[in-house]
Amino acid sequence: MSDITVNTPAIPAQSARSAPLTAVGPIAWMRANLFSGWLSTAVTLVCGYLIIRAVMGFVDWAFINAIWSVPVDGRGIAQTQACRDLHGTGACWAVVTEKHRFMLFGTYPYEQHWRPALVCILFVALYIVSAMRRFWNWTLVPIWIGTLTAIGILMWGGVFGLPYVPQERWGGLPITLILATFGLAFAFPLSILVALGRRSNLPAIKVLCVVYVELIRGVPLISLLFMASVMFPLFLPEGMNIDKLLRAQIAIILFAGAYLAEVVRAGLQSLPKGQYEAADAMGLSYWQKTGFIILPQALRTVIPPLVNTFIGFFKDTSLVLIIGIFDLLTAGKTAIVEPAWQGFGIEVYVFVGLIYLVFCFAMSKYSAGLEADLNKHRRR
Amino acid sequence: MSDATVDPRFRRKPPRRPLRLSWSDERVRGIVWQVLVVALIGSVIWWLWSNTVHNLEVRRIATGFGFLQREAGLPIAESLIPYDPTDTYLRALAVGVLNTLKVAVVGIVLATILGTIIGVARLSKNFLVSRIAAFYVEVIRDLPLLLQLLFWYTIMQGLPGPRQALNPVEGVFLSNRGLKLPWIIWESAHTAALLAFVAGIVLTWLYARAARAKQYADGQPRRVWPAAIALIIGLPILTWQVMGAPWEVDWPALRGFNFRGGTNMSPEFAALLIGLVTYTAGFIAEVVRAGILSVSHGQWEAAQALGLRHGSVLRLIVMPQALRVIIPPMTSNYLNLTKNSSLAVAIGYQDIVSIANTTLNQTGQAIEGIAIIMLVYLTISLSISLFMNWYNARIALVER
Repeated sequence: MSDITVNTPAIPAQSARSAPLTAVGPIAWMRANLFSGWLSTAVTLVCGYLIIRAVMGFVDWAFINAIWSVPVDGRGIAQTQACRDLHGTGACWAVVTEKHRFMLFGTYPYEQHWRPALVCILFVALYIVSAMRRFWNWTLVPIWIGTLTAIGILMWGGVFGLPYVPQERWGGLPITLILATFGLAFAFPLSILVALGRRSNLPAIKVLCVVYVELIRGVPLISLLFMASVMFPLFLPEGMNIDKLLRAQIAIILFAGAYLAEVVRAGLQSLPKGQYEAADAMGLSYWQKTGFIILPQALRTVIPPLVNTFIGFFKDTSLVLIIGIFDLLTAGKTAIVEPAWQGFGIEVYVFVGLIYLVFCFAMSKYSAGLEADLNKHRRR
Repeated sequence: MSDATVDPRFRRKPPRRPLRLSWSDERVRGIVWQVLVVALIGSVIWWLWSNTVHNLEVRRIATGFGFLQREAGLPIAESLIPYDPTDTYLRALAVGVLNTLKVAVVGIVLATILGTIIGVARLSKNFLVSRIAAFYVEVIRDLPLLLQLLFWYTIMQGLPGPRQALNPVEGVFLSNRGLKLPWIIWESAHTAALLAFVAGIVLTWLYARAARAKQYADGQPRRVWPAAIALIIGLPILTWQVMGAPWEVDWPALRGFNFRGGTNMSPEFAALLIGLVTYTAGFIAEVVRAGILSVSHGQWEAAQALGLRHGSVLRLIVMPQALRVIIPPMTSNYLNLTKNSSLAVAIGYQDIVSIANTTLNQTGQAIEGIAIIMLVYLTISLSISLFMNWYNARIALVER
């Protein structure tokens, strides 16, 4: 026993190795993400150069060479010669400073501008409340009805000592928000009915829903808006007339309803069959099954795509420009019709674009966060 | 074979129960509901229809499509087929349809290329490249397309006039009249070369099929690319040479206040095309990214373990799986681009919506005008989705 020798393998003599490259810290990060090879380095340098050039050019145009205000002469006409002398090397933000009230609120009576401003704040508050998960139940319905009524009272006035403002004078951001929000508020219940109808066993109802959805999705929104503006008056009995904004609103509701119906249908399809069968086994009626079992689960899964669809409608409301309704984009386009401000389209579109960007970016970030949160249970 | 395992009792249909005239019978309830809904919608449509007929009579608006044969008298700036204001409305509308198709086809091709590049760039390991792509996608998708079109159109109008036109390359002029490019004077030799090119593609496809059949037979891979180059590039050049090799270029040049010669891309078309392509590319980039991410890393590793080269892995393993995820949303993006091309009316490019709109203003026949717009778009949408569904079915996963 004792003469057993343990053969330990000879440890090879190692040459001294250099210390490993840093694996942490900003230098290591840059080596891994910006300069990982000669191609990557070249791309980084080219991109970096282009970014610096673009940013410097933009800063020059938007801030350093920009003109923020111009004098107004005795007749109230802006003297824009200083802006024209820039020849495009600098932005003329004076058009925004001068015209921002018009772009935001259109031809609404000037001294009453606090009312549409309050309406915009109410809309934003409504979105924020709807986005909070603790309100995802029936309390949302009275909140929406209450807020939308308040918005109607503020815009029209005529009660509580508010002077009456006819709808023709509304304009700007409130119109955009009204078209998008009322569109969603009415299109959403419609879309649930259509989605349920499309999955129904009753052939006549199914055919009607399929025809509606496919017809609307096959044509551009513009054709529906044209229909609302030129054909709608023919549909109604003589003497009865509804105003242009309402007609456009109906077109947007019909349009949004078809697209939302497809989103809701995807949610209905994503539910396992067992949920339907279990509800049937409990002896629930169709509406009980739908209301208590199916919709609460199906709608929850489709909230992120619903928000994305809503972003789409929010942008698409700008199409009412083509039939001459005074939304944010139309107001922006009209602001530069005035001879003094002609040729400053870029500045106006940048300003209007920023407003759209703020709304859409907030909603898309929210939707992405929500999606990650709702799929938490699927993550491993 | 599998039928033998199925319990024969399940293959029998359940006996049909006779209808019981009672509210508790599900089928009776179904019939009652359907009759009610159809009657309700039918009566609403009937009511709208009778109002319309009455209103048309009162306002003395003509009906029917007879106006299509009348002289249009509306000028159209650019058209693919010969057109004159003295032509009929039908021809004017045909010009509009072709203009829509022109911008849609070019737009779809360019948006696919740009979108794929941006989608791949967003997955790049290079931080700067992926950030730029992400920034592009975020910004472009959060701005209304109409705003972007107006923006591009404003930029186009802000370009210098023809006399001070930008001239970046010899023969290319960029001014507020559009983009002027040199163009060859078309002769029959060019048509023949184009036909030879198409024939070359068909022959290459046949050759590749034969090569694959031989490879299946004996296991030896065969090179296709030498034959492909000879057929697709060599054959048209040969044809062109045989027919006398005509090559006369029509250079644009400033004559008076405008350009003569060459080919022109109008500022309206350019603004519409740039707007549609950059906007749709933002959406396509996301589709491509999702498609590539959907192929798991194990597929790459397994393919490499089999000894396939990088290109073969991409072509044979990864792309077929990614395409399966990419095709359906890509279809809806193509449809969206085509429908969005209707925004042309806002910047004055004369597509079908713009021309039909002018037509209905001139004739007063609103219903017919809008019916034409809708019919055209329904036909285009249906054709695109039929084609893409066919393509999707071809590449779909074939399960047992």
